[in-house]
Amino acid sequence: MAAGHQNEQTGTAWQQAGARSGKSGRKPRGGPKGRQVTATALAEISALLDGQSLQRDELIEYLHLIQDSQGCLSAAHLAALAQLMRLPMAEIWEVASFYDHFDLIKEGETPPPPRTIRVCSSLSCMLAGSEKLLADLQAEAGDQVRYIAAPCLGACDQAPAAADGHQLIGRADKKGLQKTAAGAKEPLQLPDYTGLDAYLAAGGYQILQQLKAGKLADTDALESLQAAALRGLGGAGFPTGRKWSIVKSQPGPRLMAVNGDEGEPGTFKDRHYLSTDPHRMIEGMLIAAQIVGIERCYIYMRDEYPEIIALLRAELAKLAETDLADHTQIILRRGAGAYICGEESAMIESIEGKRGLPRHRPPYVAERGLFDRPTLVNNVETLYWVRDILENGAGWFNDQGLPDHPGFRTYSVSGRVARPGLVRCAAGSTAAELIEACGGMAEGHQFKGYLPGGASGGILPASKADLPLDFGGPLAEEGCFVGSHAVVILSDQDNIWQAASNLMQFFAHESCGQCTPCRNGTDKAVEMMAAEEADTALLTELSAVMADASICGLGQAAANPLMTAMRYFPEDVPVKGKQK
Amino acid sequence: MSAHKSPRKTLQITLDGQQTEVQEGQTIWQAARDKGTQIPHLCWKDAPGYRADGNCRACMVEIEGERVLAASCQRQVSEGMVVHTASQRAETARKMVMELLIADQPGRDEAHDPVAPLWQFAESQETETSRFPARSQAAPDSSHPAIAVNMDACIQCGLCVRACREVQVNDVIGLAGRGADAHIVFDFGDDMGASTCVGCGECVQACPTGALMPKTLLDEGQKLAITPDRQVSSVCPYCGVGCQLTFQVKDEKIVAVSGRPGPANQSRLCVKGRYGFDYIHNPHRLTQPLIRREDVPKSASLPFDPANPLTHFRPASWEEALELAAGGLNQIKAEHGPAALSGFGSAKGSNEEAYLVQKLVRTGFATNNVDHCTRLCHASSVAALLENIGSGAVTASFSQCQYSDAIIVIGANPSVNHPVAASFIKNAAVGGADLFVLDPRGQALDRYASESLNFTPGSDVALLNAMIHVIIAEQLYDAAYVASHTEGFEALKSRTEAASPEAMSPICGIAPDRIRKVARSFARAQAGMIFWGMGVSQHTHGTDNARCLISLALLTGNVGKPGAGLHPLRGQNNVQGASDAGLIPMFFPDYQAVDDPEIRSKYENVWGHKLDPAKGLTVVEITHAAYEGRIRGMYIMGENPAMSDPDQNHARAALARLEHLVVQDIFLTETAAFADVVLPASAFPEKDGTVTNTDRRVQMGRQAIDPPGDARQDWWIIQELANRMGLGWSYSHPRDVFAEMRLVMPSLTGITWDRLEREDAVTYPCADEQSSGQDIIFADSFPTASGKGRMTPADVLPPDEIPDADYPLVLSTGRLLEHWHTGSMTRRSTVLDALEPAAEVHVSAADLAAMQAQAGDRLEVVTRRGSIELAARLDPNLPAGMIFVPFCFWEAPANMLTNPALDPYGKIPELKFAAARLARAGQA
Repeated sequence: MAAGHQNEQTGTAWQQAGARSGKSGRKPRGGPKGRQVTATALAEISALLDGQSLQRDELIEYLHLIQDSQGCLSAAHLAALAQLMRLPMAEIWEVASFYDHFDLIKEGETPPPPRTIRVCSSLSCMLAGSEKLLADLQAEAGDQVRYIAAPCLGACDQAPAAADGHQLIGRADKKGLQKTAAGAKEPLQLPDYTGLDAYLAAGGYQILQQLKAGKLADTDALESLQAAALRGLGGAGFPTGRKWSIVKSQPGPRLMAVNGDEGEPGTFKDRHYLSTDPHRMIEGMLIAAQIVGIERCYIYMRDEYPEIIALLRAELAKLAETDLADHTQIILRRGAGAYICGEESAMIESIEGKRGLPRHRPPYVAERGLFDRPTLVNNVETLYWVRDILENGAGWFNDQGLPDHPGFRTYSVSGRVARPGLVRCAAGSTAAELIEACGGMAEGHQFKGYLPGGASGGILPASKADLPLDFGGPLAEEGCFVGSHAVVILSDQDNIWQAASNLMQFFAHESCGQCTPCRNGTDKAVEMMAAEEADTALLTELSAVMADASICGLGQAAANPLMTAMRYFPEDVPVKGKQK
Repeated sequence: MSAHKSPRKTLQITLDGQQTEVQEGQTIWQAARDKGTQIPHLCWKDAPGYRADGNCRACMVEIEGERVLAASCQRQVSEGMVVHTASQRAETARKMVMELLIADQPGRDEAHDPVAPLWQFAESQETETSRFPARSQAAPDSSHPAIAVNMDACIQCGLCVRACREVQVNDVIGLAGRGADAHIVFDFGDDMGASTCVGCGECVQACPTGALMPKTLLDEGQKLAITPDRQVSSVCPYCGVGCQLTFQVKDEKIVAVSGRPGPANQSRLCVKGRYGFDYIHNPHRLTQPLIRREDVPKSASLPFDPANPLTHFRPASWEEALELAAGGLNQIKAEHGPAALSGFGSAKGSNEEAYLVQKLVRTGFATNNVDHCTRLCHASSVAALLENIGSGAVTASFSQCQYSDAIIVIGANPSVNHPVAASFIKNAAVGGADLFVLDPRGQALDRYASESLNFTPGSDVALLNAMIHVIIAEQLYDAAYVASHTEGFEALKSRTEAASPEAMSPICGIAPDRIRKVARSFARAQAGMIFWGMGVSQHTHGTDNARCLISLALLTGNVGKPGAGLHPLRGQNNVQGASDAGLIPMFFPDYQAVDDPEIRSKYENVWGHKLDPAKGLTVVEITHAAYEGRIRGMYIMGENPAMSDPDQNHARAALARLEHLVVQDIFLTETAAFADVVLPASAFPEKDGTVTNTDRRVQMGRQAIDPPGDARQDWWIIQELANRMGLGWSYSHPRDVFAEMRLVMPSLTGITWDRLEREDAVTYPCADEQSSGQDIIFADSFPTASGKGRMTPADVLPPDEIPDADYPLVLSTGRLLEHWHTGSMTRRSTVLDALEPAAEVHVSAADLAAMQAQAGDRLEVVTRRGSIELAARLDPNLPAGMIFVPFCFWEAPANMLTNPALDPYGKIPELKFAAARLARAGQA
């Protein structure tokens, strides 16, 4: 109180001797608890969001906006975003920190260098020397560029793959990447693809228009699809027609999510189809929306495919000027670097703007998915073939397969073959056939083993190269699966234990961290696999429980390569005294 | 939303080979528990409000026909399901999960909490060691005064996240990162003590590993050092929410507090209830009777050091002190008559103590000059409620908001003042109810509000009349209810006819369309509830404010049904009970008018004394009377008017002028400094007694420890005084008092001491000892002459003291989360004091910038009544032109500044509005 203000009775100020608590040094707080939003940050984020009405499910889009424009997510900006979105700071932080493509920078921390070059660390690229490439680059990096490892970039046929930011650089080498890093950023190059006009001119969207006009009955089309052996080509293999009819039977409003989060190491087919003929997929999606009765379609594209996102944005804008998509609403969403978001329920969480944590089943997403509505989830390639099947009939599709393996598939073949790439051939094709289709083994390499289905499908020896690669069947009996049909060929120059370790590292990095068997199991397995002597008994026990008790397919399958490596390649498993 | 769920279907499952009947919607874990099978669980907390998350996988079971195991905590039963909880596959998985988790823990002998559920389940499954390599460990975070954070014990189960975000909805804790890097964060990964944490401790209560623990129980090595040897079930001594809690006692000291599943709190507590318990062990506690030294005049009472009372007092025996205390009162009564005496009871005491104080004053002092601090809190609300619906209590418990479609919170900041009630309001809003927050200041509830109307201070009636206008003009009112259950509609209609949103908007500062939106949403809700606090009541138009709220509820038919009601949030643990017990100058217990001869004779019969037929004086009137010499002797039990009364220079001068002042308290309060006799009393945890919460819930408080030194229980002290005034009381325990109260208080029909001992809480009204109490009242009629509720119109009146050129700012006062009332308890609590250590005036960024000051600068706040000096706090919740000072700081007492102008009906001072100015310290 003011020195001059006196008490009427005492003539002394109302000051009392001694603090109540007996403590000294009582510093006033000066403000409310915790981090306060600064006016500057608030103004910057408001300007960036440009008067949009903020939606909770668009959080990841806003984070992209900030990361893209500022080069990182500063605590000050995130606090401002939290205030504008009326969200807890913790909620923003836990979402942002889940995704690889966001750089979270707290007060006093150094923002990342202006340039980020990513080098793929997944198996096919590792086989092509990406580990050394990255180490060499990092040794010579200045303060203007950082070189970081990234999980599968979806360009395994161009290994080792790298990315400038997220723009793909195939068959990367040190000199080339250093030159890229030193130069100005190249504008994003769109691939040479069939645009809307060309697609229409070639008869595109006619099936859709027939459906919309009632010239082709929804029920007939659905029947035709159910007759076709088209199955979920993201990896789960669920019959597509059946899925559509299940979702169609659910009460509306129904939603759809197109899974474009192609992240399974070794897989690059969706990228190919979208970068050549995107409208074929879009037509498949719009047909689904028509037949199933979908209120909104979300296309979830992985952030590693910026050229696809750009071309989709352009083509969807063109489409919006037509009446082709007037029966539904299309929303394009951008992933942010998380393999787990390829798992359908994790993708749904991510579309809702959350951490990509897979959900428990039941309920299945067909009953309760996106925003708790019945949701149709289809992979890009699955939708890609819908038009052709309806145009040409189920027989056309089924007849392109083998006995007991109807239809055709797109195998992504990489690793030690002469000409890595996509092979479209009959379902149930074998590794031996695929190697042949890719020009045989790479020069100087002897076929030793192969991954029949990406990172999680297990590893088989060359002696099992004649197994039909299809869903279920003999492959399942070996503890393996075909998944997204990513086949990686390994040779006599490859140590299978190291390959399995690379895959386990991938899973440990990509585990969402939700459940103990996967979070701790993958992490412990990585450490144990790096040991001089592998405790195969404990690893076996662990693998069984991971498979039995993990919430989602990632954890359940993460130990497949480890288990099959121990089973089929004991000579590569380290024991004491033996050099790996 | 509906209060009535259809009964659940019964299903048949096979559980461990047994045909078992289960309820639809149950989880396997619950079904197994009901059959006596305890499945290990870590991330699942079997408590209300906690969602199963199924992440830890410690509870896996095998279901026939399924490819993989299922988390029993999360999976619901389905017809015909065949479950094996103890198959080898399930047990192997559960043990492996434990082994994976234990690998990363400090060893059990090093564990922070070796008896945590994690270790108990590890022990029961023989997995106390692990074959797996350990992770690198997180460093401890000891930044929070109450909570030890040791993330080396964290298993990422996320229970603390659910506790913080879904149960208490305090929004601080998150699970960040991914994979093995998944980790618990506070805000942006900040130290807990630097975060927005409000210290409710729900996370500590939920944590199954010891990663979050009360600091008081740990040694320096962060290891559990104190295991309580006694647990006592009681009630929180602070606000009116009435949280049930357990005092953990070790060596006759309370060492920790945990929440109990009481009907009001469902095991939740706030920072005060959970961590504000050690004030009772503060060395300032009064432990012997004190008599004023003859060489220290009352004019020199302040300053004083509460640690050293002997500067002003000398120790005395109880006999001497009681003789002197009663003798002084007897003498004044003899010389000047009963009207020269008065007494204050306390809303911090029990029902029995309140009853005894008013009985002492009415029969011993022979006057109705008895009051307590409800006068300063909700007197106007009670006045309006009694006038219009015939009852001063809430019409529905706050937890009814779970069934509301619309909730109005006006003039209240429950996140600060009623944190646990606020958590239920937030739960309701998250669950889909429309929450409307109407307050000049922003607050934590705003995040969940459909609309927050930050109206101009003091313009409540304008805003509410505009809402009433909209509801009537647009015919959104419940015409059938209005016709059958209310009166006064036409008057209300005509008096609000001109109060269109357009007309009221310039007064209340809210755009017309926003007023319309809120009015329409509330009117259209199936069930709507209205909560209010001191922001409504502490105005010269406080009664009018409450009248408008009552009209709003009646107009929309929102009384007497689930999810609907009027709920003035009570500020002290027993303000409802103290009022019920008759600590009110115009009422005997149960609100029986003292000036009604028939009623009076009833009480005269029971008490055996002639009673004063005139209404007594209220708190502020007593202060005036003391100042003017009309009141000469006072007995103050547990209240601190030298801090809590408005215009403190005046109030303190009044206390100094008393010929004889007896103060009964646990500390030498600012009020006690003016006493002739100070009687050392007991703190809440040191005595048995019932208290009545804001919901009308009578709850049992139990003694946990003895009072220190020669301090005595309050009922005993009151009886000793009574007997020295010739009353001849012979109560032997508070239960005797309660039994007598039941004779004169119909509200306690059905509520006996023994029943409370058994059930801990019973809500009144309660028809008989077998019935459960009524959560919702007035479904059919009101206890008014006509049986109908009245809608009394109110006109827009300005506050008493309008800002002008000399005093351009609006000063409001109130509490802080950590500091309760005058701070006599909370500022002596180590944790609470550490969290809010210093007096601050809260100022908006604009006003701070206008005076080129910064947070932390010393400022002077000046009103026509006085000035105080304190530091500036930048408060983003304040509008420009408004400042706020908490009234808990003796070193900068807000009530030096406040305006004693009274509401004409409730006699409540306008503590929420005074004209003020700010200056840099020393430049005023």
